[in-house]
Amino acid sequence: MSEAAPIPLRVTTPTVRQPAVARNVTELSERAKKVAAIDVDFFYGTHQALHGISLEVPENCVTALIGPSGCGKSTFLRCLNRMNDMIDETALKGQILLDGIDIYQRGTDVVELRKRVGMVFQKSNPFPKSIYENVAYGPRVAGIKKRAVLDEIVEKCLQQSALWDEVENRLDDSALQLSGGQQQRLCIARALATNPDVLLMDEPASALDPKSTAAIEDLIFELKSNYTIVIVTHNMQQAARVSDQTAFFYEGHLVEVGSTTDMFTNPGEKKTEDYITGRFG
Amino acid sequence: MKLHAHSKSRPYAKFASTCFAVMCGFCTVLSVLVLLVVLWNIFSYGWSALSWNFVTSWPSRFPAKSGIWSALIGSLYLIGVTAVVSVPVGVGAAIYLEEYAPPSRWRTLVQVNIANLAGVPSIVYGILGLGLFVRMMHLNRSVIAGGLTLSLVVLPIIILSAQESLRAVPSTIRQASYALGATRWQTIWHQLLPVALPGILTGVILSLSRALGEAAPLVVVGAATFVAFTPENLMTDEFSALPIQIFNWTEQPQKDFHQLAAAGIIVLLVVLISMNALAIILRQRFGKKVKW
Repeated sequence: MSEAAPIPLRVTTPTVRQPAVARNVTELSERAKKVAAIDVDFFYGTHQALHGISLEVPENCVTALIGPSGCGKSTFLRCLNRMNDMIDETALKGQILLDGIDIYQRGTDVVELRKRVGMVFQKSNPFPKSIYENVAYGPRVAGIKKRAVLDEIVEKCLQQSALWDEVENRLDDSALQLSGGQQQRLCIARALATNPDVLLMDEPASALDPKSTAAIEDLIFELKSNYTIVIVTHNMQQAARVSDQTAFFYEGHLVEVGSTTDMFTNPGEKKTEDYITGRFG
Repeated sequence: MKLHAHSKSRPYAKFASTCFAVMCGFCTVLSVLVLLVVLWNIFSYGWSALSWNFVTSWPSRFPAKSGIWSALIGSLYLIGVTAVVSVPVGVGAAIYLEEYAPPSRWRTLVQVNIANLAGVPSIVYGILGLGLFVRMMHLNRSVIAGGLTLSLVVLPIIILSAQESLRAVPSTIRQASYALGATRWQTIWHQLLPVALPGILTGVILSLSRALGEAAPLVVVGAATFVAFTPENLMTDEFSALPIQIFNWTEQPQKDFHQLAAAGIIVLLVVLISMNALAIILRQRFGKKVKW
């Protein structure tokens, strides 16, 4: 098996789902659980994309979701702020708790949820508006009208996303004139402006050059003291560098989850080891 | 040199490319030429009849005294009514179909019907307008009845073009807005409409221009060809319109009236060009809100 094994077409449901958590009873498990998924199934029409995912996200940590394309990690991420609701004919079974409250229960205010759970997309997607208006949009739709308050939020968020020094003098310029890396940091600033608890990042650096990627990674490291971050990444080194906890997805199953150090040095599952060492995916 | 050698190795590709360019150029020249001939024809024929007096006079039995004032005002009123009715209804319907209506057989049915309605001859709408507005709703042969009928003619076009513009807004903008906790209404108002506005405006102006030139439905609804007053009560007074007046003059046996028709066409063209200019100004003004 140590030889380059052919990529298996199907994989059976792993018998052990969360060995790493059991193995690593250190800091991670002692932290408060910010988000907890309990036995989540997710369907696109009749196609089941997620199978019984149970995953806990500790507060003020970076949790990395890794796995080959189409394994369901992005789908899972989008369940956490109910962005999948926008896709027709999708269904979710199970529970996702945010601070102990099920966000899929009847009567959940999705708009309120999305203010608490911010999102940064794979491809930077600033609005075709000025830099200022991009950051101010979240607070504006939340009902903040006072210019002074908005000014303060915009400055604070742009500073947090390490963009302030570069755009300070051109806040009224179009956001689309910024470089790719700057645009992505602007999108992070925009997500921070609603003052969320949790920040979801869907491969935030996959379209960026190494320098911009490093800037984003530094930023993630800075942000985790104030926010709980869940990041999807294709880049193993990135997951190893930025995250505290890593979850490995494969074909809609959560194969293994554990502290990043454990996962990368001593993976509990053969599959995880194969993926991390680059044998497939 | 290398480039040259390359093209030599595929002589036909270059030849075909040149042929295609020449053909496209020819098509452009041809269409512009046709337009120029028509314009030249109209202007050479009608220019002498055109005067401020012609614009501000009522129609008359005598060509020399005849003018286009009542038809011009009637047309402006008609376009006003049509715009006020069809733009909000059309854009509203487009927003509903694109952003709210869940995909269903019902929506597909409505969609197909709208596309079909856009191709229905305008005289059919005239008959509908006659039955519905003039007879059933007792609006008589008034500007309101005419304007409502023209609204029916242009509504499908406005809906389709507005839908097209909304669909062209990148879905990443929608997602970003919803992810920030914006409601559907906020997303539509702050993000989608500003981006879609230039496209919507273009559709609106094109369809209103079409409404301005329509004669057939107005004939059926009962626009008058000889009105010596401007409508004061939009609900009751009779009205005329530029295309009706022009059509009427071309039917007359006297040559002088044909000149008046040509002059009337020039007036109609001027109104059309002003409408287009207005659209460009509006687009630039609203366009400033969007910074691509």
